[in-house]
Amino acid sequence: MDWVNAIIQGLLTGGLYALFACGLSLLFGVMKVVNLAHGDLAIVAGYIGVGVIAVSHMPVLWSIPVVVLLMAVLGYVLQRSLLEAAISRGELTTLIVTFGLSIIIENGLQQFFTANSRGLGVGDSFITASFTIGSQITIAWFNLAVFVVAVVVLLGLQQYLSYSKYGRLIRAVADDREAAQLSGADYRHVFGIAAAIAFGTVAIAGMAEGMVTTISPSLGTDTILLFAFASVVIGGLGSLWGTLLGGVILGVAQAVGAQINPSYEQLAGYAVFLLVLVFRPQGLTSRGAQ
Amino acid sequence: MSVEESADTRSAESALKVTRSRRNVAWSGIGAVIVVGALFAFPYYEGSGTLGIMIQGLIILTLASMWNLLAGYAGLVSVGQQAFFGLGAYFVLIPAMHGLTPWAGLFIATIGAAVCALPLWWLVARLRLGYFAIATWVLASVVMLVIEQISSIGGGTGEPLPGLVGYDPALLTAYTYWAALSVAVLAIGGVYFLLRSRVGLMLTAIRDDETAARSSGVRVGLARLLVFVVAAAGCGAAGGVLAIQQLQVVPGTSGGVFSVQWTAEMAFAVIIGGLGTIEGPIVGTVVYMVLQQTLQSHNVWYLIVLGIVAVGIAIFARRGLWGTVDERFGIRLFPVGYHLWAPGERRGGLGRLGRGRGRAAQAG
Amino acid sequence: MSGRDQTGTGAPLLEVRDLVVHHGQLRALSGISLAVYPGEVYALIGANGAGKSTLLRTIAGLHRPTSGTISYDGRDVTGLRPEKRAGAGIVMVPEGRRLFPTLSLEDNLKVGASYARPGPWTIDRVLELFPWMKERRRQRASQMSGGEQQSVAIGRALVANPRLLLLDELSLGLAPVIVQRIYATLPQVLESGITVLLVEQDVSQALRAATHLQCLLEGHTTLQGTPAEVTREQVEAAYFGVTDGNGVSPASHGGTTPLSPPNGIDA
Repeated sequence: MDWVNAIIQGLLTGGLYALFACGLSLLFGVMKVVNLAHGDLAIVAGYIGVGVIAVSHMPVLWSIPVVVLLMAVLGYVLQRSLLEAAISRGELTTLIVTFGLSIIIENGLQQFFTANSRGLGVGDSFITASFTIGSQITIAWFNLAVFVVAVVVLLGLQQYLSYSKYGRLIRAVADDREAAQLSGADYRHVFGIAAAIAFGTVAIAGMAEGMVTTISPSLGTDTILLFAFASVVIGGLGSLWGTLLGGVILGVAQAVGAQINPSYEQLAGYAVFLLVLVFRPQGLTSRGAQ
Repeated sequence: MSVEESADTRSAESALKVTRSRRNVAWSGIGAVIVVGALFAFPYYEGSGTLGIMIQGLIILTLASMWNLLAGYAGLVSVGQQAFFGLGAYFVLIPAMHGLTPWAGLFIATIGAAVCALPLWWLVARLRLGYFAIATWVLASVVMLVIEQISSIGGGTGEPLPGLVGYDPALLTAYTYWAALSVAVLAIGGVYFLLRSRVGLMLTAIRDDETAARSSGVRVGLARLLVFVVAAAGCGAAGGVLAIQQLQVVPGTSGGVFSVQWTAEMAFAVIIGGLGTIEGPIVGTVVYMVLQQTLQSHNVWYLIVLGIVAVGIAIFARRGLWGTVDERFGIRLFPVGYHLWAPGERRGGLGRLGRGRGRAAQAG
Repeated sequence: MSGRDQTGTGAPLLEVRDLVVHHGQLRALSGISLAVYPGEVYALIGANGAGKSTLLRTIAGLHRPTSGTISYDGRDVTGLRPEKRAGAGIVMVPEGRRLFPTLSLEDNLKVGASYARPGPWTIDRVLELFPWMKERRRQRASQMSGGEQQSVAIGRALVANPRLLLLDELSLGLAPVIVQRIYATLPQVLESGITVLLVEQDVSQALRAATHLQCLLEGHTTLQGTPAEVTREQVEAAYFGVTDGNGVSPASHGGTTPLSPPNGIDA
């Protein structure tokens, strides 16, 4: 039964991965940008949360919308200034700039907060409370909650992109930037909105991570970025549900690996990632070639 | 002296002349020999402290030259070179644990890293820019995780380097310095001659227009593979030098040989110095060392400042410090392009006069 | 019919003066001038590479001119971003349709209406103009035929309620029957007060639809006038750049005199 529990755990973790990944997927789909600083942004959100709570003493759950809002604004501003300048100068520059940003953020956080990990103190009982199915399957409430939140966010994002004015514009600009301009859309503004959304979703994920376990400056690149990217690639670009699938597969692979040997956890995930990258780089849900 | 009489088809005025650079390369060559010679003589004048700093700089210089080769000439932005750097260190460690002196181990590090590059290339060869970057990052993480499993070579905590016990410390530093210098000189020299060769021409063609190059018969995949392997070899050698300098090999992401910080340092040095020029990494490394020494006591500030400067240059002065100088004055210490002499143009002209017509033909 | 009267006191809706446009080092337009008055259908004709689409794209704002000015409704818009021009009423249907492939027909129209000016054109009215669209609203744009895409592209521009509609190569890649059907909708567009500036490869079609025309050749204007004024021979001569026997070159920009026919050919 350990196996079943592990797989279920992996499934639920996959939701968190998908939450990390959907912002990356959005940025890549709309702007063709691989944001190497994406993982670090989640950590930044976590630390903003720490700061907000320290200053205002509000309960953790209340701080989440505040952090999301702050991050969304940060996303818009960063996109309109730095990222836009980088994108207009080409893919190479964009990679270098986002990489530079990642290093700056990580080391900056380390400088101010030390390398130690930090939690967002939700209270142990809340985190570890669990329920059982049957006699042997245990599921932690919080993990389930995070999974549900992830699904809800993805659903919301899907609806937004399909039916709202700016959602349409985001899709239009992603399809054909010039034609969108001819219809009156300032693509810089649309990109900014997309970035704001991406930053907002990654903020939720970062806060969740901080609540489930802990965050530390190096986590952004150590795990989050690569896991997020792996989820996108495995699931297939261009599909939010694919990202969820990718995250779940990744989570399950890691859980299986961990069952075999605790130190195989990350390796198992990367192995699946590499397999997909070599044999089906367009991902599992995508139809065409990369 | 003058080449290609047959190139003169239209005008009957004068034949077209094509050479490697506007200036006499012989002078650059002599200059280089003098500089290298002076550098080799350092241990006779400088103490271990300064030598230690220079060793660090030479390691970064080697790494930067390799990263520049990858990103600046082959369009491969690798965020995983630390894999080969670390492998090189281990390729020195493991033979040393079985009795082979680390100095010889350096050769193994170079070749071993190059060999490891082959299967890794197969995994990432077909990936485009952004995917390639992340994939190399993943590969580096995988390499690290795999090595950390092997407890016989230290597992996750690292292993001291045997084989150098009993050396006089000052002498050891000097030997390490010479090793580092040799590696750096060979690395830069290797890159220079590679780019002057047919492969260099192929790379320029690929950089300009990949499709056109392919249809002209250029083996794009092969050229990139070659570059990837050479870069791996260079990084491996540098890793070997680090192992010798630190007398231990520690994996791990913070400060260890597999840390992505190494890629950050080499990438930033190249960007600041000038991507796509051989002189760039040299300039960039100097800037890096200056920053590091000045901000030494402030922990990781130097990396933050380095990052900010690199990002700033990437956006505002894309060609980097050397690239900007090169653009204005046309100075190339390591000429790898060709210069087409306009009729009547004189050799050695500096500034606007010489720049005009010949400039357009100077590639690379 | 049109606002252009002989004394020239009516104000042009669009005025282009001495426009010079480069593609990198290549000079695509060498000092082009034109004026379009409200209510006109102004056609730009010319061979491939003559610069017609470049001109239209520059007017739409997708291309920056090297020199020269573009005035719209009296104000200088030479430096205005394309989306601002669209907001001001200059809307282009680009060459090759350029629908948003992953969006549905309806979504394409909705995007067009995102920054619409107030006016008579709504999505419903476009669906009246092209009734076949009603059943296909949810269909992906990429799955439609060329002619259908062209209609959707026009509809997308119309719902923005332009004052000046720019049509770039409507007939490109379409069967003549389809082209005629599309041009047949033009009168209804004009009725709603929209002025049209179009680029057309098919000279006969242009002559049929236009109230005024201008011929370009290698970035120069070789002919200007109304279909009633110019003869077929003049148009052919301007189109291909045929000179008379003495090697006189085509009229340069600003010249409105049609070419004299080549020697030996009956006018």
